[in-house]
Amino acid sequence: MGLIIDFLTDPANWQGPEGIPVRLLEHITYSAVAVLIGLAIALPLGLLIGHTGRGTTLVAGFANSLRALPTIGLLIFFVVLIAPHVHGKGDTAYLIPSEIVLVLLAVPPILSNTYAGVQNVDPAARDAAVGMGMTGRQVLLRVELPCSLPLVMSGLRSAALQVIATATIAAYVSLGGLGRLVFDGQAQQLYPKMVTGALLVAALAMVTDLLIALAQRVIVSRGLSGRYSRGRTLARDEAPAELAVHAAATGQP
Amino acid sequence: MSWLRYLDQNGQQILQWLWFHTWLSVVPVVLGLAISLPLGWVARRYRWTYAPLVTLSGLLYTIPSIALFVILPGILGLGILDPLNVAVALTIYTVALLVRVVADGLASVPDDVTQAASAMGYRPVQRLMAVELPIAVPVIAAGLRVAVVSNVSLVAVAATIGVPELGQLFTIGFQLAYFVPIVIGIVMCVALAMVLDLVVVALTRLLTPWTRAVVAP
Repeated sequence: MGLIIDFLTDPANWQGPEGIPVRLLEHITYSAVAVLIGLAIALPLGLLIGHTGRGTTLVAGFANSLRALPTIGLLIFFVVLIAPHVHGKGDTAYLIPSEIVLVLLAVPPILSNTYAGVQNVDPAARDAAVGMGMTGRQVLLRVELPCSLPLVMSGLRSAALQVIATATIAAYVSLGGLGRLVFDGQAQQLYPKMVTGALLVAALAMVTDLLIALAQRVIVSRGLSGRYSRGRTLARDEAPAELAVHAAATGQP
Repeated sequence: MSWLRYLDQNGQQILQWLWFHTWLSVVPVVLGLAISLPLGWVARRYRWTYAPLVTLSGLLYTIPSIALFVILPGILGLGILDPLNVAVALTIYTVALLVRVVADGLASVPDDVTQAASAMGYRPVQRLMAVELPIAVPVIAAGLRVAVVSNVSLVAVAATIGVPELGQLFTIGFQLAYFVPIVIGIVMCVALAMVLDLVVVALTRLLTPWTRAVVAP
């Protein structure tokens, strides 16, 4: 423990291109890029599938079978496949295949939660929207999307956690990020360095989870989450099934 | 034919890794279930413990596996390559996943069923074992399937820090920039996950014969 504190308080470990801040920033960048691309692919696709009801079995099967695929195997497969064909500066050769795998991992949880969220929208709400004269697009964007946000957000949470965890392993294939501390520490036989990297990754994952949970509180309509200001609290047995929503957020990297 | 030659030359080694991999995937699920059953029961029986238990397990579940593989040896006083670290880490994940599942599974037992059991003279422990747990089996089994399948993938990660299991095929493939071991490793991991998943499904069917009962027309 003392050794880890020594490592963390040594100013040399906080400076230069291999310092902790640089590694942390790299890790956040790799992860954020992958999650955003994954979101840009999975959210529209999930909304479309949920709205039309087409292709649900295909997507469910795809998402489930991806869980069985070993992430580390996938990562190394793509690196060995793509890296020799990429010529660029620095670690581009490793960055591109790693990002592809990270995006591949981010898509299924967001996709399956989005279409499940749209399909779980109360049919009465959908009928009411149609009855009010909304077009299909309006129903989707103004009723189904807001109503499915709790599930979409928990899909985003599992996607972000999965990506942060796998980005750590990407250091094994010569990429930067916090995983460098783990694997360099092992190569140098510096256990405190390894543990520092591991603790920082764990902290990053927890903070990210917390931030997305906070964002969820802000953007999900109070009519759905049942969080009213004091005095307007719903009766106990009316409390909405927030638990059921969380239960869908399983998918440990 | 490079595939067959690779398998032929390294078959012994791969089988050994498969064996380790299977143990490292299965033992934590069994241990995790044994720990989660009483914890889940507590979360259900004493409602105030539900929120803290579920929050804590959610928190544990966010820790990336590689981080846990590295931190645990320091806490447990083991060598970093000791497979026991991997077993403990995966047991933690399994418990984190299953506590909520067990609590929700027990909560899914209809009230009139538990009341009927009590009226028939079942004592609380008897009722739990003979009525509530069997009814909760399908829900718990669904959680077990997720746990066992993701464990197979998580075990492979430990190869990056040198633990001997099927993930070694990936690290070797990376060092040699050679596809054959990588693809063999992926196929074997997926196959192992599917087989273990089927075992859980088969056990569930065995434990819930009433779900196959013919419904009277």
